[in-house]
Amino acid sequence: MASIVSVSNLSKTYASGFEALKGVSLEIEEGEILALLGPNGAGKTTLISIICGIVNPSGGEVTVNGHDVVRDFRQTRSMIGLVPQELTTDAFETVWNTVSFSRGLHGKKPDPAHIEKVLKDLSLWSKKDNMLRELSGGMKRRVLIAKALSHEPRVLFLDEPTAGVDVSLRKSMWEVVERLRASGVTIILTTHYIEEAEEIADRIAVINGGEILLVEDKNALMTKLGRKQLRVDLAQPLERIPDSLSSYNLTLEDNGQSLIYDYDTSAERTGITALLATLAETGIRLRDLSTQQSSLEDIFVEIVEAGR
Amino acid sequence: MNIEAVKSIYFFEMARTRRTLLQSVVSPVISTSLYFIVFGAAIGERIQQIDGVSYGAFITPGLMMLTLLTQCIGNGSFGIYFPKFTGTIYEVLSSPISMLEIVLGYVGAAATKGLMIGTIILITASLFVDLSIAHPFAMIFFFVLTAVTFSLFGFIIGIWAKDFEQLNLIPMLVVPPLVFLGGSFYSVDMLPPFWRAVSHFNPVLYLISGFRWSFFEISDVNPLASAVIILAFLAICMSLLTWIFRTGYRLRN
Repeated sequence: MASIVSVSNLSKTYASGFEALKGVSLEIEEGEILALLGPNGAGKTTLISIICGIVNPSGGEVTVNGHDVVRDFRQTRSMIGLVPQELTTDAFETVWNTVSFSRGLHGKKPDPAHIEKVLKDLSLWSKKDNMLRELSGGMKRRVLIAKALSHEPRVLFLDEPTAGVDVSLRKSMWEVVERLRASGVTIILTTHYIEEAEEIADRIAVINGGEILLVEDKNALMTKLGRKQLRVDLAQPLERIPDSLSSYNLTLEDNGQSLIYDYDTSAERTGITALLATLAETGIRLRDLSTQQSSLEDIFVEIVEAGR
Repeated sequence: MNIEAVKSIYFFEMARTRRTLLQSVVSPVISTSLYFIVFGAAIGERIQQIDGVSYGAFITPGLMMLTLLTQCIGNGSFGIYFPKFTGTIYEVLSSPISMLEIVLGYVGAAATKGLMIGTIILITASLFVDLSIAHPFAMIFFFVLTAVTFSLFGFIIGIWAKDFEQLNLIPMLVVPPLVFLGGSFYSVDMLPPFWRAVSHFNPVLYLISGFRWSFFEISDVNPLASAVIILAFLAICMSLLTWIFRTGYRLRN
C-alpha cells in the first residue's frame, strides 16, 4: 500500500530546550487505521501538531500525499482533519456555525447538505442550534469531530478522541470511524484506552521519549510479542514445585493451589503436552485448566519499559 | 488566495460584534453623549471657540480618534488572543490559510468594527453640534488608515500577550494618556511652551491633528507630517508582523 503521510527524521526542540521529537521516521499507509501509543509526554501530540502545521519542525521532513507540509501547506492542510485532545470550543457559538466555520477555513464553499450529514452521523443534528457551552463534554467532543470532518479530509487525526466519553457514545464514535475507513479515509489515532487500539487499529506505532520504538501490524505484533499463560489449578495444594517439574520454569500461586506456566505462542513447541504428561507421571491431580493471553496493554508496557 | 477562509474569519468575528451589539454600539453612543454633556456643555461654556471652531465641534475628531484607537486595539488584540486563550487557534493554524489571510480576516473585522463605531460617534456628535468636513477624502484617508494600523497593532499585542493583564496593558495604560494628552480636547497651542514641545513627541497628536485638519482645516502640526506618521506606524506594524510570521513567534513555537 502507498504511503499517504511520510515522516522522515523529524525533530522538534521547543524554545524551553525540551526535545520533544528526536529524529522520528514513520510511514502512514493510505486507508489504514494507525494507533499511535505512548505515555504522557512521549511526543504524540507534537508529532501530530507538526504534520497538521500547528507547530514548526526543528528538522526533518513531512510530506502528505507527496506534498511538503511546510512548503505546500495549502495542499497538505486541506487534506487533513484534526480532532485535538483538549476540548477547545467557542463557548458562545452554535454547533451549526462552528462546523460551517471550519469548512470555510479549509477553503471549501458552504455545503449545508454535507454539514447536515456530518451532524446526523454524529447524532448532533438535534443540537445544531445550541450554543457549545450548553453541550455536555461528550457532545463537545463530537462537535470537534464534526468540525474535522466538515471539509471532507482524506487523513484524519484523532488525538485522544474518547477521553471523557461514555461507553455507548464511544461505541457509536468507533462506528463513525469504521465508516470513514470504509470510505477510504486514513485515520491516525492516539488513545489511552489501549483495548480500543487493539480493537480497531490495523497497525500500532509506539512512541516514547520522542522516538518511535516500533511500528508493526497489530496482529503480527500480538503474535510476536504476545505471551500466553497456562494456569493449572490443583486438586491438592503443593508446598513446593517437585524436582521432576523443575525444567518447566513454573511458578506456584494461590498458596500452592495453582501452577503457572508461561509459554510463547510463536514457538515451535509450547511444551504444554509434555508438561501435562509430567504432571500425570508425578501423580499430581488437576482440578481445572485455563489460559490467558497478554493484551496489547501488557505488550505496550513491556515495550515502553524495555525502551527506558 | 483562500478567499473562503478570509470570509469565514471575517464574518465569524463580525458575528461576535452582532452578539455583543449593546456593548459594541450603545456604549460608545452613551459615552460620546456624556463627553458632549460634560466637556461640551461645562467646558464649552468657558472656552466657546478654538481657532474659530465651536468647542463641541473641535473635540469631535479627538473623540472619534479616542474611540477608534481603543476599539481597534481592543478588537484586534481580542480577536486573536481569545482563540489562543481557549485553544481554538489550533484550527486556524492547521487550516490551508496563509498568515496574510489570517490577518486580513481578523484585522479586517477589527477595523470594520472600529470604523462602524467611529461613524456612529460622528452621527451622534452631529446631533449635538454643527459639523462640516472640509476635506472628505483626507478625512476618510486618516479614518481608514488609523483603523487598519491600530487594528494591526492590536493584533500584534494579541499575539504577544500571554495573559489578560498583558492584553489590557497597552489599551488601558498607554493609549488613554497618549490620546488625552494628544490634543483631543484642546489645542496644544494652549499649553505652556515646554509641554507644547513635549506633546510633539506624542504620535497620537499627529493623528488627531491630521484628522481634525480634514474637518476644519485647523491643525497643531502640518497635515503632511500627520500622514507620514500614520504611514510610518503602519509600516512598523507590518514589519513586526512579517517577523512574527517568519519566526512563528508565540504561535507555532
